Amino acid sequence: MSYLKIDKDLCVGCGVCVDACPQSALYMKDDKVEVNDKCNLCGACVGVCPVNALSIPREEKKSDLSDYKGVWVITEHDGKKPVNVTFELIGEAVKLASKRNTYVGAVLLGNNVSFMADDLFAYGADKVFLCESPVLEHYRTEPYSEVVVEMVKQFKPEIILSGATTQGRDLAGCVATKLETGLTADCTGLEICPETGNLLQTRPAFGGNIMATILCPNTRPQMSTVRPKVFPVPPKTDKKGEIVNFSFDFSKINIRTEVIEYLPFEEKISLADAEIIVSGGRGLGKPENFEMLKELADTLGAALGASRAAVDAGWISYEHQVGQTGKTVRPKIYIACGISGSVQHMAGMKHSDIIIAINKDPEAPIFKISNYGIVGDLNVIVPLLAKELKKHLAS
Amino acid sequence: MRVVVCIKQVPDTTEVKINPETNTLMREGVASIVNPFDEFAIEEGIRIKEKHGGETIALTMGPPQAEDVLKTALAMGCDKAYLISDRAFAGSDTLATALTISAAIRKIEENDGPVDLVICGKQAIDGDTGQVGPGIAVRLNMPPLTYVSKVREINPEQKYIIVERLMERGKEVVKSTLPALLTVVKDINTPRYPSLFEIKKAAKKPMIKLTFNDLGLREDQTGLKGSPTWVNKIFSPELKSVSGEIFQGEPEECVKKLAERLLELTKGVSL
Repeated sequence: MSYLKIDKDLCVGCGVCVDACPQSALYMKDDKVEVNDKCNLCGACVGVCPVNALSIPREEKKSDLSDYKGVWVITEHDGKKPVNVTFELIGEAVKLASKRNTYVGAVLLGNNVSFMADDLFAYGADKVFLCESPVLEHYRTEPYSEVVVEMVKQFKPEIILSGATTQGRDLAGCVATKLETGLTADCTGLEICPETGNLLQTRPAFGGNIMATILCPNTRPQMSTVRPKVFPVPPKTDKKGEIVNFSFDFSKINIRTEVIEYLPFEEKISLADAEIIVSGGRGLGKPENFEMLKELADTLGAALGASRAAVDAGWISYEHQVGQTGKTVRPKIYIACGISGSVQHMAGMKHSDIIIAINKDPEAPIFKISNYGIVGDLNVIVPLLAKELKKHLAS
Repeated sequence: MRVVVCIKQVPDTTEVKINPETNTLMREGVASIVNPFDEFAIEEGIRIKEKHGGETIALTMGPPQAEDVLKTALAMGCDKAYLISDRAFAGSDTLATALTISAAIRKIEENDGPVDLVICGKQAIDGDTGQVGPGIAVRLNMPPLTYVSKVREINPEQKYIIVERLMERGKEVVKSTLPALLTVVKDINTPRYPSLFEIKKAAKKPMIKLTFNDLGLREDQTGLKGSPTWVNKIFSPELKSVSGEIFQGEPEECVKKLAERLLELTKGVSL
């Protein structure tokens, strides 16, 4: 059975691991760390030990993975064009593929969708793996996952990226299970390990309070989902590529779902697409204060955002939430009011072009990443700011 | 209808703080709670039983103390609970977890009879992956219906279910055969608070423990060995500090300066 190995000779008794353990499984005895049976081998302690005294011994499987080549992106589209996260991922795939000396493939499934291949090439794909059928008209887990699994078995990509959207997470979760390979959700950073060639997948962990780098060393493909807007859309070129037509016999699978109806939401300023976002957190103190923020937002034509704390407190609905469990945004201007800047919140907005913070605590982490800020009471600052801006914008 | 609700015990992550000196998480005194999304799963499972009859079974995988979340589920109205707990499952990633839970659901079918519906929360707040639900569905050969915000109709006789799924830009109405697996979002219902009477009653409800030996899995399929993904490194993110202009002092003065910068920046942005 697997266990946490403690090298007592190396352990200096600093206790950092004891604080880091989410299970309270570590404790100090005679100035050395000990582990009890609450340990679930999560690995949180291993990374924080300053003297490498902790390890989780693993069997190295000697499997030959050299057949697997290519970095794939699963195309998500609305029937008319691919959604932006697809292009963002192709841009990232190009970087990974160049480090692995391999190609970028885009998987394109749907009914009469081949015209989208040009866009996929233009953003960097070398090949488009295309499967078209009336069965694929609407996204459905069963036929989509079966086609992707078959494609993977035939073409053996080493990496597959998919948007961490409702569709992407649904599809990737099923495909990874069918292929019995690893899948890492909501990655915020992807690198190739220079020594091993493995994909280093970084994501917020333990409730978004800390970052973890995840490996999938023994199985292929290595699969990741990535939130929209984590990576920029790459520049469009006039690059061309190769279409690989893939036929699939749908009569051999049992499809048990049908999409009866689609009810689109009313169009409003979407948080993800807004150029300016005014966002509120716990520091607002009460739900009514979102009205005050809304006035500032309306003055600027901005969308209204919120931190997890404000949403959890029930002050504003979840669709406004920015952060690891909400939306990832990269507006031109992000104005954070009463948001101290937890790791999980900053994971969702740190790529904004300009960050402005209004907070009464001068030590709040949000100021560290802010281009501009005001230390003060937002109950005073926000209405004053709205008034001042109105004065100038009206003239 | 026999409904299995899969739940998880998680640390209340809103309470977790970072130790500024060592840059590590401070876990001491952080309470363990039912994963908030799973409360909606429990509530929906109970409502389906109340409407269509049958039984609702709560299932969790975790250390022995995870029994606490099953007690909550029983007090809310589940009829029976299963705890999957074994050292052999330590270190499980989402693939190994989904396999282990699906094997437990097969065991429940052996003990109690066929399962018509499995309900999970859309994701757990500690891992935030949302991968275990679809994984269980694939292992059990059930259609996964993820991000469900409303159950419109269940027809136990004709064995179908119609649900609304909450997508980024709209709602999708999907019909599926039963058995099926749902993952639910918080719009679906308002979970009930168990009464004192229910809490007392819950203590008498069956709590069944399953270990590695009950599930018929191989050692290399579970725990660390059955997990293709490894945590390689844990670290606090380094913030790229920007030397920004932070104004302090008279609010009017501060606002004036900030408004100037803001007006400059918003040139070219469509207001």
